[in-house]
Amino acid sequence: MTTRIFGSGIRRREDPRLITGQATYTDDISLNRMVYAAILRSPHAHARIRSIDTSAAKSATGVVAVYTGADTDGVLNPIPCAWVVPDSDVKAVAYPAMATNTVRYAGDAVAVVVAGSRYQAEDALELINVDYEPLPANVHAEAAMNEGVPQLHEDAPNNQAFHWVAAGGDTDTAFAAAEVTVTDTIVQQRLIPNAMEPRSAVASYASAMGELTIWNTTQNPHIARFVTSLVTGVPEHKIRVIAPEVGGGFGAKIPVYPWEMIAAFCSMQLGRPVKWTETRSENYQASPHGRDHVQAVEMAATREGKITGLRSVVHAGMGAYLSTAGPGIPTILHGLMYSGPYDIPNIKADIYGVFTNTTPVDAYRGAGRPEATFLVERMVDLLANELDMDPVEVRRINLIPKFGDGFDISLGLTYDSGDYHAALDKVLEHVDYQNLRREQAISRGQEPVAGEHGHEHPGHGHGHDHGDEHGHGHGDEHGHGDEHGHGHGDEHGHGHGDEHGHAHGEEHGVQPSAAGHLLGIGVSTYCEICGIGPSQVAGAVGFGGGLWESAIIRFYATGKVNVFVGTSPHGQGEETTFAQIVSDELGVPVDDVEVIHGDTDNTPMGWGTYGSRTTVISGAAVALSSRKIKDKAIGLAAHLLEAAEEDIEYEDGKFFVRGSPDRSQTIQDIALMANMAWNMPEGMEPGLEASAFYDTPNFTFPFGAHVAVVSVDTDNGHIVLLRYAALDDCGRQINPMIVEGQVHGGVVQGAGQALWEGAVYDDDGQLLTGSMLDYALPKAHLLPHIETLSTVTPSPHNPLGVKGIGETGTIASTITIYNAVIDALKPFGITRLEMPLTSERVWQAIQQSKGA
Amino acid sequence: MFAPEFDYYKATTVAEAIDMLGSNPGAKAMAGGHSLIPLLKLRLARPGAVVDISGISEMKGISVNNGSIRIGALTTHWEIESSPELQSANSLLAEAAGGIGDTQVRNRGTIGGNLSHADPASDWGTVLTALGATLEIQGSGGASRTVTPTELILGPLTTSLSDTELLIAINVPVLTANQRGEYAKMSHPASGYAVVGAAVVVNVDHHTCTRASIAVGGATPVPVRVTSVEAGLTGKELTNENITAATSQAAGDLGDEILGDFYASAEYRRAMAVVEIRHALFHATGVAHH
Repeated sequence: MTTRIFGSGIRRREDPRLITGQATYTDDISLNRMVYAAILRSPHAHARIRSIDTSAAKSATGVVAVYTGADTDGVLNPIPCAWVVPDSDVKAVAYPAMATNTVRYAGDAVAVVVAGSRYQAEDALELINVDYEPLPANVHAEAAMNEGVPQLHEDAPNNQAFHWVAAGGDTDTAFAAAEVTVTDTIVQQRLIPNAMEPRSAVASYASAMGELTIWNTTQNPHIARFVTSLVTGVPEHKIRVIAPEVGGGFGAKIPVYPWEMIAAFCSMQLGRPVKWTETRSENYQASPHGRDHVQAVEMAATREGKITGLRSVVHAGMGAYLSTAGPGIPTILHGLMYSGPYDIPNIKADIYGVFTNTTPVDAYRGAGRPEATFLVERMVDLLANELDMDPVEVRRINLIPKFGDGFDISLGLTYDSGDYHAALDKVLEHVDYQNLRREQAISRGQEPVAGEHGHEHPGHGHGHDHGDEHGHGHGDEHGHGDEHGHGHGDEHGHGHGDEHGHAHGEEHGVQPSAAGHLLGIGVSTYCEICGIGPSQVAGAVGFGGGLWESAIIRFYATGKVNVFVGTSPHGQGEETTFAQIVSDELGVPVDDVEVIHGDTDNTPMGWGTYGSRTTVISGAAVALSSRKIKDKAIGLAAHLLEAAEEDIEYEDGKFFVRGSPDRSQTIQDIALMANMAWNMPEGMEPGLEASAFYDTPNFTFPFGAHVAVVSVDTDNGHIVLLRYAALDDCGRQINPMIVEGQVHGGVVQGAGQALWEGAVYDDDGQLLTGSMLDYALPKAHLLPHIETLSTVTPSPHNPLGVKGIGETGTIASTITIYNAVIDALKPFGITRLEMPLTSERVWQAIQQSKGA
Repeated sequence: MFAPEFDYYKATTVAEAIDMLGSNPGAKAMAGGHSLIPLLKLRLARPGAVVDISGISEMKGISVNNGSIRIGALTTHWEIESSPELQSANSLLAEAAGGIGDTQVRNRGTIGGNLSHADPASDWGTVLTALGATLEIQGSGGASRTVTPTELILGPLTTSLSDTELLIAINVPVLTANQRGEYAKMSHPASGYAVVGAAVVVNVDHHTCTRASIAVGGATPVPVRVTSVEAGLTGKELTNENITAATSQAAGDLGDEILGDFYASAEYRRAMAVVEIRHALFHATGVAHH
């Protein structure tokens, strides 16, 4: 084989069906006698339900049934929280599928209408009369535990959902002895996950067999089956969950939703298939949100910049109820990662989960780790600022030196492998960091323009020179562009967006070092935890499931192969990469391998696709199954070639007798003979099929270093992301193109948090960002080309040497961009801003700085 | 996102459409549907009937005659953006059209529908105010009248159109050789709508401004003429200093009612109106700024 398939950037086989409209999503499922459900949701964030009158709705055209909480109460069990973190007093409050007496967020389900069409169901919703007694709402996480704040749950005093502490070393002593400390309050604003496909479920109950089938847009069909069994009482073996094409999840399709359970309830009541698909408005209002932390953080260090301590007190909003994985995210996936890529001897994470009258919060791409990376990387930059050191230098002082097989951090985790200095050095060299700093000095008027031959606007002086009024004069000609080398933008094959565009199409764009535009450079180094994770650890940290995976590989007589896995990829590309693994292990052409996933009736048990674990854990199971196939094939080849097993060698899909390459059997020959079973060795079972179960000995810890370059317009506060370079090390890469795609998407989602996205509630708990008209998602024209780089540091704790790559971009990019913006604003003395970094927030901060 | 029930009528002539509107009280006319359909789906609008006017050919197309441009109200933003005639006759129209929404919106959305919807964040009201456009309105019984954009747009989502009137066409002067037009806007990052938009039309004679027409929208409930800048520029040489001086009082021309929300406050929008006017002037006149 000339080119190894493992490591080859072949095209994703998933894409043709996705881009030609041939994919089948849950809402595409249509069954005989199917009816449609629509859910009535509370308009109040907090209210008592005095009464519900459904009589008019029940008699409306096409209506089959109307149910309320009174109907589901006692029939459906409460939705369980599946991550009850130990030693943290988790208040597993009742989470009913439909509210009975009290609604606790605007969006809480109150009633469901089932009708012959969706339109009829929606019309009938308007005929339901609910008499609410509105109650005061508690909306903001940081204030939820204050005295006098409205209480959500009787059994959760002070709205405290849990209190979790992780500590390593001795932070009290470290801070008492600190030469320098820096503090900040960081707000990780609430985000709304935006999968292209909203939530949807089609439930079909067959009473004669007692079987419940649910087509469900989930990231983890086996967990969905498990939880559906707990909620509906239908035994697990009588439930079939099918995740057909799933149009993105980003964590928001991990949880098991009340709405799917309501669909199941309706089908069980009516004996008819019931389809429920949320609208985008419902998705915004009632599908779990992400983030929502307020973090009070302190870092201690020596004058030389060695970090000696880090501690936080975090209030993490859980929303109105504990969603499936809610409590695990700001604790296990957040607090344990405060060390990042640094050797910090003393760390304490003090985390309060709090209830608020808002949409429940669960995993969103990165889930806890972006919040941890942000926290550490912000504090490192503040420390550099305090010590008047280059932020890169502070990082170099504190990075853990290269290690290949385990490094124990103070919080108790063992990182698998890392070469953080190499990653940082490589990305800095790529962007020419020193030159960027020189350009920045020019943009600040701190350094004369090198050479005066830069192009000038003919005939006129340029606009308003902010130099004078800000007391830090600019070089008076715009010294940007070619003479400074790297040339933002064009050289990287794109123009970057300027949403403050003028009507004409020309890209007059941004000249970063022109008057009024300040250049900012953000650098971050990160390490994250993924490949989740050893089942023993899962149990120890209260995760209500195992975390192993299994795979079945089945060869047919024609030499073609099916791979069955328990994970459920929904955009990550494992239909392609798992075929590459099998092809690499067994020499079968990659196109002869088809990967089957997403149906509990025809896939082996597995715990799902999240936490960047699918390739790591499920991929390992695929590799181990392949190796079992090979072992059996060697036995059969020996028999057919009349040789001893130990004399059989394997290369590129061929089994041959050592020294006699002519005497060989291909893997296809073996597959045929094994399936026909005309001539099997004594004691060998027929068929060519193997399954393997894989539980990992450790998590994996991808890492990297990212650089962002931004320009900030001091006239209007507008930020343009000029350049983004991401170096990510995910160990060995099965398909570099897919790795790159994951990084692109992740970086963009992280940029969204930094610059545009944020769920906004008013004080009454009404969601003001209720649609894409107000909630600003990243748009292609506002982004530069993303430059991707990598280093390869295999994980010693994985059979393939791989680490996860699904979340790294999101984990690193928010803080990298944020740090770049704060760096740009350094001349104004600005050290913090709330996200998203809207133009007005930047402009207001500049105004305040000018006024001060 | 499921509309309530309504009756649907499709008209083929203006007269027929007006008859349909007259015989269905409360009916809404629908052109490209880009404003009405979302309102229907959110159940914020509940007309008993929708009169689809998108097939009325007499309301479509662009013509240029004797220094005047006539744009049928059903002409799409894309048709305006891509019109070779407008590129030479009035490039400001084409440029403003190209900044609306995205390709999908521009392919279906119409200039007349946009104006009749009267969203304060609309670009057309601002641009057409600066251009001194006149709007042809037809009512029942063949009645017709002509209004300015600010006579049509009375407030957010409020126009002077009666239930049986349709905006038929927009008339805009051809830009003369010495006129420079520009539209600058700060777009909302989510919707693309104008948080603040500023349109300028400047007559230039040997680097001197002989006449200026300037309007601001987005920040205000209706488009507003910025008279202090118009007066301050007229007769002045177009230099950075003169533009800066002439625009210094612009914020005071915008009236007391400035729109504000959690994304952009009234204070910010008022300040940004000045910035966008300057941007537009700098770009219209070629005076360099950053």
